[in-house]
Amino acid sequence: MAVNTEAIGKMFAPTTYAVGREKVREYAAAVGETNPLYFDPEAARGAGYADVVAPPMFAVVYASRSVVPALFDPEIGIDFAMMVHGAQDFRWGELVVAGDEITTTARVSDISERAGMGFYVFETESRNQRGDPVCAGVWTNIVRGAG
Amino acid sequence: MSLEAGQAIELTVTPDRYVTVRYAGASGDFNPIHIDEDFARQVGLPGRIVHGLWTMAQVARAHCDAAGGPEKLKRLSVEFRGMGRLEEEIVVRGTVQAPSGEVSVVHSEAVQGGRRIIRNAVAELAR
Repeated sequence: MAVNTEAIGKMFAPTTYAVGREKVREYAAAVGETNPLYFDPEAARGAGYADVVAPPMFAVVYASRSVVPALFDPEIGIDFAMMVHGAQDFRWGELVVAGDEITTTARVSDISERAGMGFYVFETESRNQRGDPVCAGVWTNIVRGAG
Repeated sequence: MSLEAGQAIELTVTPDRYVTVRYAGASGDFNPIHIDEDFARQVGLPGRIVHGLWTMAQVARAHCDAAGGPEKLKRLSVEFRGMGRLEEEIVVRGTVQAPSGEVSVVHSEAVQGGRRIIRNAVAELAR
């Protein structure tokens, strides 16, 4: 079975994520962070930020909401049970802080087949409420047996 | 803090028994291979495995701590290989490369029990 490449270029509807202080703290604690910028609003304000700062990898929280619909899109046809996360690339702009609203758009940038495996590459662009770019992501998922 | 070419960065962390449960809630990734021991075994895994993006977050943390804060990290690119196991030490090791323009480049990997579970990690940090 060959992979279906017709969905290359497909765009998904933007999603908007409201960044909450307790969510930032919960995420930071779950990944073992200890920097007060992520937990203490006073420390964050003292460093010039409006509220607690989201760790860079918090991008997963606000951007993945745009990627998940693609993973289950029948036009793309990923066998989710056979999928593994192959690679991830994030480029960051402005730091995200609690109170920001982050809007993310996702598109299918490539679908290909190598060695009997399907490679599905998604790109996300996330901007804050002022329109500043905060994160660009490249998400590579590998589906065994798709080739 | 500025990074010097040749400088090593290192972070050691042991994912505890319930870290995948906390990370699932924090991140929204509830794939049962990370939180359900029976399901993980049914699909041929040795048991619940660590989220790859949790391990990538350890790589990011190592870089932010070494560079002096999250505002320094401008890019991180990784390849995931193999599976991260619970209750087994993970070591993130990186080396600062020669400066390139406005950024310092760091090459790193994350190793658990001799297995390189994150490879070819490349980070760009503001100087």
